[in-house]
Amino acid sequence: MSDARSDILAGIRRALKRGPVDGETRRALEARLQGHRPNLVPKRGQTAGRERIDAFVQMAEFSLATVTRVARAEQVPQAVADYLKSQNLPAELRMAPDPGLDAIPWANLPLLKIARGKPEPGDEVGLTGVFAGIAETGTLMLLSGPRSPSTLNFLPETHIAVVRADRLVGSYEDGWSALRQKNAAMPRTVNFITGPSRSGDIEQTLQLGAHGPRRLHIIVVDDGTPPGER
Amino acid sequence: MQPTSRAFRANARAALDNKTLQQAMANLGFRQKRLEAISRLPEFEALRDQARDIKNHTLQHLDFYLEAYEAKLRESGGQVHWCRTPEEARQTILGICRSLGARTVTKGKTMIAEEIALNPFLEENGIAPIETDLGEYIIQLRNEPPSHIIAPAIHVTKEQVADSFLEKHAVYGKTRRLSEPREMLEEARGILRDKFLKADVGITGANFLIAETGSSIIVTNEGNGDLTQLLPRAHIVLATPEKLVPTLEDVSTILRLLARSATGQEFSVYTTVSTGPRRKEDPDGPEQYHVVILDNGRSAMLGTEFQDMLRCIRCSACMNHCPVYGAVGGHAYGWVYPGPMGAVLTPSLIGVDQAGTLPNASTFCGKCESVCPMRIPLPKMMRHWREREYEQHLSSTVSRLGLAAWAFLARRPSLYRFATGWAARVLGLLGRRHGNFANLPLAGGWTRFRDMPAPEGRTFHQAWAERAQRNQGR
Ligand code: SF4
Repeated sequence: MSDARSDILAGIRRALKRGPVDGETRRALEARLQGHRPNLVPKRGQTAGRERIDAFVQMAEFSLATVTRVARAEQVPQAVADYLKSQNLPAELRMAPDPGLDAIPWANLPLLKIARGKPEPGDEVGLTGVFAGIAETGTLMLLSGPRSPSTLNFLPETHIAVVRADRLVGSYEDGWSALRQKNAAMPRTVNFITGPSRSGDIEQTLQLGAHGPRRLHIIVVDDGTPPGER
Repeated sequence: MQPTSRAFRANARAALDNKTLQQAMANLGFRQKRLEAISRLPEFEALRDQARDIKNHTLQHLDFYLEAYEAKLRESGGQVHWCRTPEEARQTILGICRSLGARTVTKGKTMIAEEIALNPFLEENGIAPIETDLGEYIIQLRNEPPSHIIAPAIHVTKEQVADSFLEKHAVYGKTRRLSEPREMLEEARGILRDKFLKADVGITGANFLIAETGSSIIVTNEGNGDLTQLLPRAHIVLATPEKLVPTLEDVSTILRLLARSATGQEFSVYTTVSTGPRRKEDPDGPEQYHVVILDNGRSAMLGTEFQDMLRCIRCSACMNHCPVYGAVGGHAYGWVYPGPMGAVLTPSLIGVDQAGTLPNASTFCGKCESVCPMRIPLPKMMRHWREREYEQHLSSTVSRLGLAAWAFLARRPSLYRFATGWAARVLGLLGRRHGNFANLPLAGGWTRFRDMPAPEGRTFHQAWAERAQRNQGR
C-alpha cells in the first residue's frame, strides 16, 4: 500500500492531467513565492503622513476599540492611569517585558502597580507594545517572542496597547514587508487584532468580551514625526 | 456525522413547521451588514476578481504548493500528517493525543472536525473534546450539529440556551436560570476559561495555509481559537489541501473579502498566523505544532466541473442570502455544509446518491453566486448535479414523469400552446376571486407554505403575440 502523501499528490496530478511541475513553470512558481508582489491594495490602505494616523484612529474606533492620543512617551503613564480610573479598574497591570515599554518613565507615577512578564491568573489588565498598527482597518499587529508573550493579548480582560505613530503602516502588505525587513523568519505567532473580543452567537446580538479582552484601549504616541520616517 | 441529506424534503417540511426555529431564523442580520461593508470599499469587486484568480492559480498547481508548504512547515519545526480518509485523520489525531497522555482537548471551530465526526470518536477513546466557540459550545451542550458554518447555533433561541445552561451547568454550581445573552456569555466564559487552562491539546481548523512560510491562519471574533492554540502543550491544525494560498500578499487580498462577506466587519477581530511550535526563547505557546492535511475527496474534484467549489473560503454569504436556507435553516440539509455551498459540496464529498436531493433545494434565483466573494458559479454547479442525478436515475418518479410529460409537449409546439392555454384559462377562472391559490391539486407540497399566484387567464405566449399585434397596429 502506498503512503497517503504520495497518493494525494499523485491524485492531484492525475486530476490535473500532468506530471510534477518542473522546468520553466517550476521556476516561475518559485519566483512568485519569493517575489512578495502585492496584489491590488485599496486606496484607503495607501495613506501617508498625518492622514494615516487619523485613518488608523478612525478605523480602530469603528472596530469598538477606544483611543487616546498623547504627544510624548512621558504622558503614557498618566493616560493609562486615567483610562483605568474611567473604567473603574484597579491601578494594576501586567506589562510585556518590552524594552520599548521599559523606556517609558513609569516611576513618575508610583500609584500604578506594574508587574512584568507573561500573564498570571487574576491579571485584569495587560499592557503591550505593538509591532505595527495598520491604518486600513485600525488593526494592531503583534509578534510573539520573548518581549511579547502572545497570551498577554488574550487572557486579561482589558488590553491596553501603546502604539508609536511612526509604527503605523498603511496596509497589511506594508506590515508584512516591515516584518520581512526585521526578521529572517516568521515568529511562532503573528496576531492581527481589530477591536475587542466579541460574539454574536446568542440570537445574533453583539456581546463584547467573549473569550479575549472585553476592552481594547489604544494609546497613540504622536510626537509629530510622520509615520514611517523615524 | 451521519448524513440525513436524502431526507431533505421531510427535513425541510419539519423545519417549516418548527415555530421555535422559524422564530430564531426570522431575521438574518448578516445581509444588511455585508451590504454596508462592501459599500465602504470601492475596490471590492476588483478584489473579488483577484481572489478568484489567486485561488484558480493555486488549484492549478496544488501539488507544487503543497510540497512548498510542507518544506517550510518542517523548517519551522512543525510536523505534517497526510491523510486520505476521515478514518486516517481520526487515528492520526488520536495518536498525537495519546502520545501526550491527553485527557482533555479544547477545540476552535472547525467544520472539518464535524466532517470526520471527531468529537464522538475522541469520546469513545476516553478523551473529552470541549468546543470553545460560544455557538459550538451551545450546540455541543445540546448534542446537535451546527446549522450554519460561521454561526453554528443560529437556530437556537436564547430561551433554549438558558435551558441548556441550567441543565448542564449545575455541575459547576450554577443553578440560576439566566435570561439575558450577556449573562449567558459571562457564565460560559467563566466555565470555559478554566477548561482552556487545563487542556492538554488544542485543535483548530485553518482558514488558510500559506505556502511561502508554512503557516496556518485562523480567523475568529471571540479569541477562543487563540486560547485553544496558545495554552495547551500541542496545537493540532486540521485542514484540507484547498486551504492553500501561495503568499502572505495573496492571503491579504482574500482576507479583505472574508469578514466583509461573512459578518460585514471590516476585519475579523483576531486574524492569527501560526508558524511552527514555540521557539526556544518564547515565554508561551505550544511545544508541538501538528498539521493534519486531510484530502477526503477534494483532489477528486480537481479537473471536474466542480473544481471551482474548491475556491470556497467558507464565508457563509451564499447561505445568508439564500431564500431556501433562510426558510428551512441548516439542519434540513442533513450534513455538515448547508445552503448553496453545501448543496454543491455535499454530493461531491459523500456522493450524489446520499445528497442528490440537495442541488434541487434551490430557486435558482442566483443570489448566492452574486454575493460569493470567490465568484463560484453555484447555480451552474447545482445544475450539473441535477443532470448527474437524473442520468443516474436517482430523481423521484414523480419528477421524472413530470419532466417526460413536459418534454413530450415541448417538442410539439401547437399541442404545448393548446395545453398551457387551456391550463391558464382554467386556473385564471378558478383563482379570479383571490388572485392566488392556497392549495392546488398535485401541488400540495408547494402551496402548503406559500400561495400560488393565479394566472391572468392567458399564457406568456398569448400575451406576447397580442402585444406584437398591438405594436404593429401603431
Ligand atoms: S460558496 Fe462562496 S459565498 Fe458560499 S461560503 Fe463559499 S466563498 Fe462564501
